[in-house]
Amino acid sequence: MVESTEPTDPEQGARIDRRLLAERLSSQWLRGAGYFAIALFALIVLMLLYQSLPLLSEYSLVQVLASSNWDPARNEFGFLPAIVGTIYVTGLTMLMGTPIAILTAIYIAEYAEGRTKVIVSSFIDVLAAIPSVIFGLVALIVVVPFVGDYLAPAVGSGGTGLGIFTVSLVMAIVVTPFMISLSAESLEALPDELRESSLGVGATKWETIKSVLLRAAGPGIFSAILLGFGRVFGATIVPAMLIGGQTQLPDSPFATGQTLPTLIVNDFGELMSLPLTQSALIFVGLMLVIVVWLFNFTAMLVRQRLQRRWQY
Amino acid sequence: MDRYAEQRLFGWLARGAAALVVSVLILVIGVTIYRGGRVFLTDPAIAFTPPGSRYMLEGEGGFFHAVLGSVFIVVPATVISTILAVSTAVYLQSDYSSDRFSDVVNMFLNVLWGTPPIVYGVFILTVIIAIGAQTSLFFGIVAIAIFQYPIVTRYTDEALRSAPETVKEAAYGLGSTRFETARMTVRAALPGVIAGIVMGFARGIGDAATVLFTAGRSTRMPSGLFEPSTTLPVLIFDQAMSFNAEVRSHAYAASFILTVAVLGLILVSKLLAGRYARYAPGGRNS
Repeated sequence: MVESTEPTDPEQGARIDRRLLAERLSSQWLRGAGYFAIALFALIVLMLLYQSLPLLSEYSLVQVLASSNWDPARNEFGFLPAIVGTIYVTGLTMLMGTPIAILTAIYIAEYAEGRTKVIVSSFIDVLAAIPSVIFGLVALIVVVPFVGDYLAPAVGSGGTGLGIFTVSLVMAIVVTPFMISLSAESLEALPDELRESSLGVGATKWETIKSVLLRAAGPGIFSAILLGFGRVFGATIVPAMLIGGQTQLPDSPFATGQTLPTLIVNDFGELMSLPLTQSALIFVGLMLVIVVWLFNFTAMLVRQRLQRRWQY
Repeated sequence: MDRYAEQRLFGWLARGAAALVVSVLILVIGVTIYRGGRVFLTDPAIAFTPPGSRYMLEGEGGFFHAVLGSVFIVVPATVISTILAVSTAVYLQSDYSSDRFSDVVNMFLNVLWGTPPIVYGVFILTVIIAIGAQTSLFFGIVAIAIFQYPIVTRYTDEALRSAPETVKEAAYGLGSTRFETARMTVRAALPGVIAGIVMGFARGIGDAATVLFTAGRSTRMPSGLFEPSTTLPVLIFDQAMSFNAEVRSHAYAASFILTVAVLGLILVSKLLAGRYARYAPGGRNS
C-alpha cells in the first residue's frame, strides 16, 4: 500500500515515515493488549496457586476438603462446613431464582409489547446494576425480621433471621436480573418462523412456548443458569452481611453458616499474620476460580452445541 | 386441566413473575431513599463533617472520606481499564487478529467476566504480600481496573463489531494505515464505547469485595497514593455490621448517595445507548 508510493517531496516522505512508525508501534501495543486477558488469567491462577502451596504441602487435599474442623488458631483447616454452606446457598438460590427468571424472560420475550417491554426490561437492567451491598442493607430491615419473626418460627426453627435461607432469598433477587436478560436474549434470537409454524398447526401460544421455544432456546437458557450458578457461588458481600458467620455444618436452612467467600472476608482481617491461615484463605480463592471456570466452560460448551444444533 | 386453562395459568404466572421482579426493584430503591433520605434530612452535616477517631464505634462525623475514596479509586481505575479494554477490543477485530485467536481471547474474557470480585481482591492481596507493601489507594485502583477490564472490553467489542463497515472501507480506500482505520472505527462506535465505559464505572463504584483487602478500611480522608483508603460500598458494609444503631443509620445515608450515583450513571448510559441506536444503520432500540 503505502510503501509503493515514491515520495518526490522530502517533507511528504517524512510524514509517511511517521505514519508507518505510528502503525508499527501501535501494532506492538495492541498485540500486547490482545494477549492481556490470557496473561492476567494465567497470572491470577499462578499467584493463587503459589501462595496456597504452604497449606497444600502441610496437609493433603482430601484432608483439607473433607475435614469439618475450622480453627485456624489451632492450625486446623477443614473447609467442609464452608463448602456445604456454599452448596446449600447456591442450591436454594437457584431453586427460588430459576423459575422466576425463566417465567420473567418468557414474559419479556413473548408477552410484553411496545412501551411495557421497554420499561420492564430497563427496570431489570437497573436491578442488575444496583450494588449488592445495598441489597444486603435493605434485606437487613426487610428480609431478616420477616424470616426471624414469621417464617422460621412457622416451620419450627429459631434464630434471629440471619442464616442460609435469608442469604439464598436475597441472592435469588441479586442474580435473577442477570439470568433474565441472558434467557430473554436467547428467546428473542429465535426466528419467527418457529412461532408461526407452531401456531399454524393449531398449538396455543403457551404450547408453542413450552414445547417449541423453550426447547429451541434451551441450551441458551441452560447456560444462563450455569453462569448464574457461578455468580451465586462467588457472591461475597450479601452472604457476609446476612449469613451470621458461624463455622459449623448447617443442620437446617435457617441455620447460620459460612460460605467460601465469607470465610475469606471474616477471617482475613485478624489472621493475616499467621502464614498458614493466609495460605488457607488464598487457597479458598483458588477453589473459587477453578469452580467458576468450570461453570463458565460448561456454559460455553452448551452454547456451542446450541449453535451447531439450531442452524436455521 | 385443559390446554386453555393451562395457557391462562402460565400467562398469569409469567406476568406475576415479572411484576414480582419489578416490585422488588421498587421496594429496594424505595426503602433506600426513604430510610437514607430521612437520616440525611435530619442531619445533613454527616455527609461532610470529617470522621472522628471513634468513627466506627460511635459514628462521629460523616462519610465524605468514603465518597472521596470512591472517586479517587474508581476514576483512575476506569481510565486504566478503558485504555486496556479499547486496545484489546481493537486487536480482536478482524484487521489485527484471526477469528480463532479472538475466540480464544473471548473465552478468557468470559472467564474473567465471571470471576468473583473477591478473587480479584485476593489476587491483588497476594501481590501486596509478595512485594511486602500495605493496602493502599494504589492497589485499590489496580484491583478495580482489572475488575472493570472484561466488562468494558465486552461492551467495546460489541460496539466495534456493529460499527458500520463502510467507515472501515472508506478509510482503507483513502490509503489509511490499520491504526488510522482503527481510530476511525472507534470514533464511529464512540457512543456505544462510552456507554460501555459508563457501565464499567457503575459496576466499579458499587463493588466492595475487590477493595475490601486492597484499598483497606481506613476511616480517614485519603491522603496519598500509597496510603490506606476506603470506598462507599466498603463503608456501608462496615457500618451495617456495626452494633451501634446510630452508625447503622449512617449506612442508609451513605447507601442513599451510592444508589443515586448508580441510578444517575445508568441513566447516562441509557441516553448514550439511545443516541447510538439512532446512528447505527437500521438502528435497533436497546
